[in-house]
Amino acid sequence: MTKLAKLSLAAIALIGISATAGTLEDVKKQGFVKCGIDGGLPGFSEVLSGGVYKGMDVDGCRAIAAATLGDATKVKYISLNAKERLAALQSGEIDVLVRNTTWTESRDTSLGLNFAGVNYYDGQGFMVRKSLGVKSAKELDGASVCIQTGTTTELNVADYFRANGMKYKTVAYDTNDQVVASYENGRCDILTSDASQLYGLRTKLKDKSNHIVLPEIISKEPLGPVVRQGDDAWFNIVKWSFNAMVAAEESGITSKNADKMKTSTNPTVKRILGTEGKMGANLGLSADWAYQIVKQVGNYGEVFERNVGVNTPLNIKRGINALWTKGGLQYSPPFR
Amino acid sequence: MMHALRNQKVRGILFQLLTVIGLVAFLWYIGSNTMSNIEQRGIKTGFEFLNSTAGFGIDEAPISYQETDTHGRVFFVGLSNTLIIGFVGIIFSTILGLIIGVLRLSNNWLIRKMSAAYIDIFRNIPILLQILFWYNVVLKSLPAPRKSLEFAGDIFMNNRGLYIPQPDINSTTLTILASFVVAIVSIFFLNIWGNKKQEETGKDFPIIIIGFALFIILPIIAYFIGGANFNFDYPSLQGFNFRGGKSISPEFLALTFALVIYTATFIAEAVRSGIEAVSKGQKEAAASIGLSQYQALKLVVLPQAIRIAIPPTINQYLNLIKNSSLATAIGYPEIVTVFSGTSLNQVGQAIEIIAMTMLVYLTISLVVSAILNWFNHKMKIKER
Repeated sequence: MTKLAKLSLAAIALIGISATAGTLEDVKKQGFVKCGIDGGLPGFSEVLSGGVYKGMDVDGCRAIAAATLGDATKVKYISLNAKERLAALQSGEIDVLVRNTTWTESRDTSLGLNFAGVNYYDGQGFMVRKSLGVKSAKELDGASVCIQTGTTTELNVADYFRANGMKYKTVAYDTNDQVVASYENGRCDILTSDASQLYGLRTKLKDKSNHIVLPEIISKEPLGPVVRQGDDAWFNIVKWSFNAMVAAEESGITSKNADKMKTSTNPTVKRILGTEGKMGANLGLSADWAYQIVKQVGNYGEVFERNVGVNTPLNIKRGINALWTKGGLQYSPPFR
Repeated sequence: MMHALRNQKVRGILFQLLTVIGLVAFLWYIGSNTMSNIEQRGIKTGFEFLNSTAGFGIDEAPISYQETDTHGRVFFVGLSNTLIIGFVGIIFSTILGLIIGVLRLSNNWLIRKMSAAYIDIFRNIPILLQILFWYNVVLKSLPAPRKSLEFAGDIFMNNRGLYIPQPDINSTTLTILASFVVAIVSIFFLNIWGNKKQEETGKDFPIIIIGFALFIILPIIAYFIGGANFNFDYPSLQGFNFRGGKSISPEFLALTFALVIYTATFIAEAVRSGIEAVSKGQKEAAASIGLSQYQALKLVVLPQAIRIAIPPTINQYLNLIKNSSLATAIGYPEIVTVFSGTSLNQVGQAIEIIAMTMLVYLTISLVVSAILNWFNHKMKIKER
């Protein structure tokens, strides 16, 4: 009953709110950003011992806090499962959702939500036991599939098996933890999710090396931060907090050299770091908002390498998440 | 005017009227505020989503279901799974509860203490934990499909579920099904006739033994009348999983098991309290007029005990149905899991979907309690 109760609460919360003040004012008044995350996904958002949060999505939350409050630690993390996340945002329980959420047409247009960008370009894949001897997803006819419910994944897998004329059985769970536990207990032959998640979830398995991710990527999964529709000022802040990290990488600004770069003569760098122009004022933020992001959180490349890059247990290459100048898709509109 | 207000009757009506007006105004405010907020946020409203394609698969669908069916269909798949789990759960928890409740009063020390321990342990652990526990026990202890446990050659059990041969629907299976109905109806009327005869002659009519015999003999006769032609669809291992036959998922097994074990403890307590509430004098009086212990139980104690036990048992039935929504934790596709879970997330219309789900539970609960209240009313001592 708890899940139902939570969702009903979210629905009831919708009833209570009358016309809202701006989210930025709310954030400043409460002194922290209420950020919805997964909380159990290595590389994106996980809780380490001592209650420290870590991951790509967590760094997204921290960037927004650095931009709005000048302090990246002023974040209240709220762990949400896939089913709760959108209702939690709609009802105002959180200010922003940074929880590996796929940007789709219907989510963007019919739920009263706006996607503020893409912090990770992903695609759906399959993980299987090596002992099955499967080399390709085309050999999975008749398999049982463990899946997290309330995701685009559920729809993709149905489409994929149907398009290839294969049969399958789904077993859908609320949380990633239960998905992994059941896969490990042998309830399913396949665990399917976004490829980045598969690498993350694999680090949770006891016998990591006995599982492989199949080469097929069956969908496009652009993951990004989400805000409520109707508060354009806050939408802009979230959008440009992410752009600032990409722009900083493009201009070679890192958390280590940010102070030194402040004296740079390069006009783009000066505009990003707020020593020239009125970028901050346009957003309703202080002039050094982007400097605070880069200084406290880092640029996009640093965030990527620190959380999911080749030197982490996830061992993911930049691939399509490289900057556009290096053949990837990450691209910030100009700071001008 | 003031004079009218001093009239107690007028004042009573006035205050009731004001309360109703206040309540209606409050509900109207909530409703209109919600609608305007939803509109302002650009969230879709209405029930059109019920006609749109669901697009996801459901493993256990008692009614036929495909990915291309609608969210409306998903609703009915979830509803039928909820009803199945409620029905099976109520039957088994009643049987187990009755047995444990009687054993709890046994003269045998060990049996009495063991049933007490069972009740105290399972009544006091939250049901969600028990569901997760049994689910993980089921999954961990069963082998993979290729190493399935095999019973009688054609029944298989593995961590994907229980696979049994399923008889085809033909004249034999239909006749046997009909024979069960005949057995139940005839037991019902035999019981009435037996009671009447007992009142007239004082002779006890052995309804339990005869009923049991009917339940076995009638289907056997039906088997031969129907052509003695059983045709089974056998499960067999193909690729990753078993195909064919009837399969019961580990989610269903774990959920039913947990709900039955949990609810039976409360029913056992209701049964015990019912029996204990019948005063000792009744038993002594029964003995003094020469009734045997069995007759005293059947004719004097149980009829009174059942009356006391019915109301709390109704509550437990309702609890069981509501608790079945916890299936969402282990992914059994009942209504909360598939409709107010998956469908809600694909469609995003929380208010409509949650309202429909709540209405389902409300309707089921009201129907169950209406039936049982009628039964309770019928059983009640008619004091004159």
